[in-house]
Amino acid sequence: MENAKSVKLVLEDGTEIQGQSFGAFTSAAGEVVFSTAMTGYPENLTDPSFAGQILVLTYPMVGNYGVPGEELYESISKIFESDKIHIAGLVVNYYSEEHSHWNAAKSLGDWLAEYNIPGIFGVDTRMLTKILREKGAMLGKIVAEEDMELHDPNQDNLVAQVSPTEVKHYGNGQHKIVLVDCGTKTNIIRCFLNRDVELIRVPWDYDFTKLDYDGLFLSNGPGDPKMCTPTIQHLQTALGQDKPIFGICLGSQLMGLAAGGDTFKLKYGHRSHNQPVLLSGTKRSYITSQNHGFAVDTDTLPAEWEMLFENLNDGTCEGIKHKSKPFFSTQFHPEAAGGPEDTEYLFDDFLKAVAEHKAAK
Amino acid sequence: MEKPQKVLILGSGALKIGEAGEFDYSGSQALKALKEEGIRTILINPNIATVQTSDNIADDVYFLPVTPYFVEEVIKKEQPDGILVAFGGQTALNCAVALFRAGVFEKYNVKVLGTPVQSIIDTEDRDIFKEKLDQIGVLSARSVAVTTMEDAVAAAEKIGFPIIVRAAFALGGLGSGFANNMDELRALVQKSFTTSDQILVEESLKGWKEVEYEVVRDQYDNCITVCNMENFDPIGIHTGESIVVAPSQTLSNREYHKLRSIGIKTIRHLGIVGECNIQYALDPVSEDYRVIEVNARLSRSSALASKATGYPLAFVAAKLSLGYSLSELKNSVTQTTSAFFEPALDYVVVKLPRWDLGKFEGVNRQIGSAMKSVGEVMAIGKSFEEAIQKGLRMLDTGKRGFVANKPEEVDNATIDKLLSEPNEERIFAINLAFEAGYTLNQVHDLTKIDHWFLQRLYTIFELSNQLAAKRGSGVDALETGLLREVKKAGFSDQQIAVKLLGQGDVKADELLVRARRKALGVLPVIKQIDTLAAEFPAKTNYLYSTYHGTENDLQPETDKSIMVLGSGVYRIGSSVEFDWCGVNAVQTAAEEGYKTIIINYNPETVSTDYDVSDRLYFEELSFERVMDILEFEQPEGVILSTGGQIPNNLATRLADAKAPILGTAPARIDEAENRHKFSSIMDELGIAQPRWKELTSLDAMFEFVGEVGYPVLIRPSYVLSGASMNVVSNAFEMEAFLKAAVEVSAEYPVVVSEFMQDAKEIELDAVADKGEIVSYAISEHVEFAGVHSGDATMYYPPQKVYVRTIRKLKTIAEKIAKRYEISGPFNIQFLDKNGEIRVIECNIRASRSYPFVSKVSGNNLIKKATQVLLGKKVARDESERVYDLPFVGVKAPQFSFTRLPGADPVLRVDMVSTGEVGCLGDTAEEALLKSMLSVGYKIPQQSVLISGGPIKSKVALLAAVELLVKKGYTIYATQGTHRFFAENGIPSSLLFWPDDYQEPNVLTYLKEKKIDLVINIPKNLSKGELDNDYKIRRTAIDFGIPLLTNARLAKAFIQAFCKLEMKDLKIKSWNEYKAM
Repeated sequence: MENAKSVKLVLEDGTEIQGQSFGAFTSAAGEVVFSTAMTGYPENLTDPSFAGQILVLTYPMVGNYGVPGEELYESISKIFESDKIHIAGLVVNYYSEEHSHWNAAKSLGDWLAEYNIPGIFGVDTRMLTKILREKGAMLGKIVAEEDMELHDPNQDNLVAQVSPTEVKHYGNGQHKIVLVDCGTKTNIIRCFLNRDVELIRVPWDYDFTKLDYDGLFLSNGPGDPKMCTPTIQHLQTALGQDKPIFGICLGSQLMGLAAGGDTFKLKYGHRSHNQPVLLSGTKRSYITSQNHGFAVDTDTLPAEWEMLFENLNDGTCEGIKHKSKPFFSTQFHPEAAGGPEDTEYLFDDFLKAVAEHKAAK
Repeated sequence: MEKPQKVLILGSGALKIGEAGEFDYSGSQALKALKEEGIRTILINPNIATVQTSDNIADDVYFLPVTPYFVEEVIKKEQPDGILVAFGGQTALNCAVALFRAGVFEKYNVKVLGTPVQSIIDTEDRDIFKEKLDQIGVLSARSVAVTTMEDAVAAAEKIGFPIIVRAAFALGGLGSGFANNMDELRALVQKSFTTSDQILVEESLKGWKEVEYEVVRDQYDNCITVCNMENFDPIGIHTGESIVVAPSQTLSNREYHKLRSIGIKTIRHLGIVGECNIQYALDPVSEDYRVIEVNARLSRSSALASKATGYPLAFVAAKLSLGYSLSELKNSVTQTTSAFFEPALDYVVVKLPRWDLGKFEGVNRQIGSAMKSVGEVMAIGKSFEEAIQKGLRMLDTGKRGFVANKPEEVDNATIDKLLSEPNEERIFAINLAFEAGYTLNQVHDLTKIDHWFLQRLYTIFELSNQLAAKRGSGVDALETGLLREVKKAGFSDQQIAVKLLGQGDVKADELLVRARRKALGVLPVIKQIDTLAAEFPAKTNYLYSTYHGTENDLQPETDKSIMVLGSGVYRIGSSVEFDWCGVNAVQTAAEEGYKTIIINYNPETVSTDYDVSDRLYFEELSFERVMDILEFEQPEGVILSTGGQIPNNLATRLADAKAPILGTAPARIDEAENRHKFSSIMDELGIAQPRWKELTSLDAMFEFVGEVGYPVLIRPSYVLSGASMNVVSNAFEMEAFLKAAVEVSAEYPVVVSEFMQDAKEIELDAVADKGEIVSYAISEHVEFAGVHSGDATMYYPPQKVYVRTIRKLKTIAEKIAKRYEISGPFNIQFLDKNGEIRVIECNIRASRSYPFVSKVSGNNLIKKATQVLLGKKVARDESERVYDLPFVGVKAPQFSFTRLPGADPVLRVDMVSTGEVGCLGDTAEEALLKSMLSVGYKIPQQSVLISGGPIKSKVALLAAVELLVKKGYTIYATQGTHRFFAENGIPSSLLFWPDDYQEPNVLTYLKEKKIDLVINIPKNLSKGELDNDYKIRRTAIDFGIPLLTNARLAKAFIQAFCKLEMKDLKIKSWNEYKAM
C-alpha cells in the first residue's frame, strides 16, 4: 500500500487525523462509532444498523481473510447481513490488502470501492477510540479531495432508508411469524428459516395488525427508535393482544417505547462481540454480540414490565419482558453474525411460546 | 457458598521440557486468589527457585516430590479439606489421578476443588475422550487400531488418504509415517508391524490449521472463551513448538465462532469447572474441523492467553473452584466491569519457542509432534510484522529479526529441506527462500503455512530490499516515510543499520540510525493492554510499545521510580531462578518506597504479571528498547544485576548512553566478564587460578598445552551456561573446536586454561556494598569440577569443607569485592584441590543459586542486594544461623533427555539440565534423597547395572557397591567393571556390551526392564565417546530407567538410599525447618 493516497478523518470536536485511503477515494460524513469485534467485518459492514455511521475498528489488522463472494438462498444472502454495505466509512489501523481465505472472492478495499465507501488506514484507532469513549460518539467525516459538511444521521429517518418497501414471504413452516423489518440482519431470517417457520417480512411502517399470524418479531435497525412512530403505534395494538412478541436491538427499544417506557442515547454505545449480560435474578450469564447506540431506560418501564437481561459491565438494560404475557426482547443480537452464538436458543424460546399460545387457543 | 478452610496445592516440580515456568505463574495466582479468601494454603513443590515457594505466598510449603506417596503423606499430616490439582501441570494432574484411583481423597475426606477428577480422566484417556465427543456429535480424528495387514488396508479404505500410521506402544515415533496411497501404506504397515503388534491407522490432518481456545466455565454452567490462538505452523508441529498468534488471523467470523461454540459445548459436556484448553485442526479449504485434545487444567497455552489478553485465567480458575460464578468476579484490569466477558484485543500477540538443541550431542534437530523447546517469548505489536520481528529478537539467539541477519550461503536443496522438514531454523529459511527468489506459492507448498502469514513475512523482506537499495548513501538518506514504514514492520535500528550500512560495526551504526530516527521524530508510542480494546479505562499499567500510533496511553511515572530488567526467555542456563530474583528486587524496591517498572517479555513468568510492579513493559530487553523506555520514564535507577546474563550484557552500552545503572560500575562488570581481563586481575591480586593463556595463535596455544598438558578448558568471553565452552582432550579436538569457537565470538578472544581434575567445586553467593561484603552463602558441589555448576548437585550449607577452607574463600572473595568495587550481588566459583583454593570465575550479578541459598538460609540475598543498590545501609550478617543451620538443603538438577531423542545423556562443562529442585532434610543424605526423588530418580527395587568407567571412578564406587550387595541388590556389570569387582571380592553378573551381540546383553536387560538403576560413568570427557556407552545411556533414558553418569553423585545416592528408606524421609514443612 505504498502508493495509497492521503485522506483525513475530521471529528466534530476539531480533531484531525491523517491517514491513507483504501476502498473508494471519496469523502463521507456520519456519526463516528467504534467496534471492538475482532472478526466479522463482512457481517458488520452489511449490518443495516450501521447505516449512517463511520465505523472505527479497534482490532488493528483488517482485511486478512478478504471478502467472500455472494451466494443466495431463498433470495436472501447466505453470507452477508443485507444486500449492501451500510456503513458510511471505515477507519482502521492497518489494512491487509493481501488476503488469504478459501472462500475469499475479493479484497476488503475492492469491496468498499464497489459500494463507493471510503476507508482510511494508518490511524491510531486506540487514540480515536479513547476520544470517543471520553467525549461520546460524535459526528465526523472522512475527507478525500472534496471537503463536505458534517451530517448527523440520527436526525434522519434511517429506518425508512434501510427498510424494504414490499412484503416478502419465506418458508412454509407451521408457525406464521411476522418480521417487522426496520433494517433486519439476514441472519435473523436464516435463524427463523432453520426452524419450523413461515416468515412474512413487512416494511417498518406496515400495519401488520391486519395480518393473520402466530407470532410477531421486531428486527434490529439503525438510529433513534423514537423516529419509528408508525411501528410503535402498530406495536401498541399488538401489545394489547396476547400473541407472542420477540424484539431484537432496535426491536427491544421499540417494545420499550410501545409499552410506555423511554429510551436514551448511550454515551458511546455497545458495539462488540464480547458484551456480558446476566439473566436477571439468576447466576446465568451470556456473552453477546451487540451494535446499538440507544437503550431502554429501565426506570421508566411500567409495572407489568421488567428487565430480562442486564449488562454486566455498565448495568444497562439488555432486554425486557412482560410479567404475564409472552412478550420479550433483547438489546443484544441472539442471531450473532458476527459474534458469539450462545443465545440463539432465544429463537427456540420464542417459537415455543408461539406453539404454546397456539395450543392454548 | 461453603469455602474450605485449608487447601493443598500441587506444584509441578522442576522445570522440564513440556512443563516449565508457566506453572509458577498459575500456582502463584491460585495461591493469591485463595489467600484473598482467608483460606490457609499448603503448597507441595520441590522447585525451590520459584516465586510460589517464597515466603508469604503459601502459608506453608513442602519441598517434597509431587508423587502419590509424598502427597498422601502430606494429606495425612495436614488434613486439608480441599485440594487444587489443576495448577501444577501434568505432574500434578497425573499425581491426582493416581491418588483418586487409590481412594486417597475419599479416605482423608479431601475435596478436589474445580474440575472433577473423573472429567480429567475423560480427557486424558483417548478412547473415553473420543466416545465423549461422539456423544455430542463433535468430530475427532478418525482412527482405527489394527493387528493385521488386511485390517489396515480396510481401515485405510474407510478413512481415505493421506493416512498416518502409528505403531502403538513404540517410543520416539518408531514405526510411524505418512502414506499417500495404498502401496505406501502397505510398505509402511509392514515395517510398523516389526516394531509393534498393534498399529493405529489414522486420517492425516497434516497441513490443516491448528487453532486453540482457552475456555473458562463455572459451576453454574456459565462458559466463556477467553482467547483463541492460531498456529503459524500448521498441524504436524506440536503447539509448544509452533509460532502461535493471538487472536486468530486467518479465520473468518463463521470459523471463529463455529469452533468457539463447539468448544463451549464440549467443555460443558465434559463438566470442567475452572479453566481448560481445547485444540482443533481446521481444514484450510473448508469449515471442516477435528477436535485434537482438551487439557483439563491450566497449561502453557493458558499462561500465554493470560499474558496475551490481560485476563488472569489462573486467578479466576482458582476462584471458580471455590464456587464463585464468573459474573460475581470483577475484571481485574478495569476493576469495574465483569470477569464474565471475553477480552477484545487491539493488538496482536506472537509467541515463539526457544530451543537449545545445539547444546546436545547427537540430538535429532527436527521439530514435530513432540516438544523439544525449553522456553518461549511473547511479542506484542499492532501488526504481525512488528510482533514477529520483536519476537525473533527476544529469543536471544543472535538474530536481529526476520531479515538482516548474518548472511548465509545455502543452496536451494537445503532451503527445500529446511522448509519441508522443519527444524528450529525454519522461519529464517523462509527469508533465505525469498532471497533465492522463491514465490509465495512455492514456500506455501513446502511449508503449508497460510499465505497470509507468508505474505506478511514477504512484506518485511520487501521493505528490507527498499532499505538495501539506499545502501551507500548513509543514514541521512533515511526519510520519515520509509523509516516509519520499516519501524511499523518491526525493524530494529540494528536491522536498519545492517541493510543501510552493511555488516560493519553494527553497534556503532545502530547509534547513527537511532540519532537520525530521533531527529526525524520517529518514536514508538506506549500503549496499554486493557482487555477491552479501550472501551473502558484500565486501572493497571500493562504496557507495550508500537510504531503504529501517535499518542502515548499514559504519562511517564512522576514519583521516584526504579526500573528492573527481567531475565528474558527461559533457556538452558537461565530460567525461573532469575525471575525469582527479579520479582524480589521489585518487591524490595516497592518496600523502600519506590514505584517499580519491569521490562520483560517471557509469558511463563511471575514478573510479567501486571500486579507485581507498578508498570509492566512487556517488551524487548534490547539496548534500543530499554533506552526508549528509559528515556520515556526517566527512572531514578535501573537494576540489571538480578536478571541474569541478558541485562548484564547490556551494562556497558547502557552506561555509555548515560543510563542510571545501580550497583557495580559496568566497566568493572566487563573486567569480570572478559576472560582475559579477569584472569589478569586475578594474577595481579595474587589469587590462584588454574593456569591460563589467551589464545592468539595455534602455535602459542600448542606451546601452552605442552606446559600444562591435556585436558584443557577452552572458552570465549561472555560465557553463559558454558555456551561454547568445552573440555578438549587432544590436539585434533582442539583444532576442530577453535574453528567453531572463534566463529562464535569474533569480538572476544578465546582463553585456554588448565582443566583441573578431581577438584572439589565450591560456590560463594554474596552481596557487597562499595566493595565490602555484607552477606554471603557458601555451597558445595557433590560432583567434582568438570560438571557445569548448573548441572551439579549442591549442598547448602557445605558438608565436607574445612573451616580453614571457608576462611580462605572469604579472604579471596573480600579481595575480589574490593578490587571490583562491587555493590550488589555477585557469585564466585572456586576449586578446592587438596586444600589449595583456585578461582574459576566471578559473575557480578545474581546467580542461579540465589533463591536456593536464600530460602534455605532464611537470608534473602536479593533483598539485601536490592537495598544496597538503592543506597540503603545493610548491616553485616552477624547471626549464627546464617552460617550454621540445623538442617541441610540439597539442590539437584532436572534433565529432560527423554524429550530429546538421540541426545547423549551425559554431563559435561556445557550445561544441559532444564531445571532444578531444592529439598531440605535433617541430614545431608535425607535432603539428597528427597531432591533426587523429586527429579525422577527412584530407589531401586532389586538390581543395579554398573559400568564403572575409568579405574579411578571404579575405585570411587567400590564402597558404595559393597553397601548395595549388603542390602541384597543384584549387581550387573559390564566386562571391565565385572572383572574389577571380582578382583575386589564383589559378586556381580556379567552383561555383554551392546556390540558384543551376545546374550545376556546389557541392552536386552534394559529393554526388558530387568534393571532398576543404571550407573554408567563415561571413560573420559572428550567427544569421542564409545558408541557402547552411548547406547547404554540412551537406552536407559528411552526405557525410563534412572541413570547416573557421575561416580561421586552415584556414590552419594547409593549411600543415601542404603541408609534411609522412604519412611525415614521426614514429612516436614518449611515452617518446621525454620523453627528448628
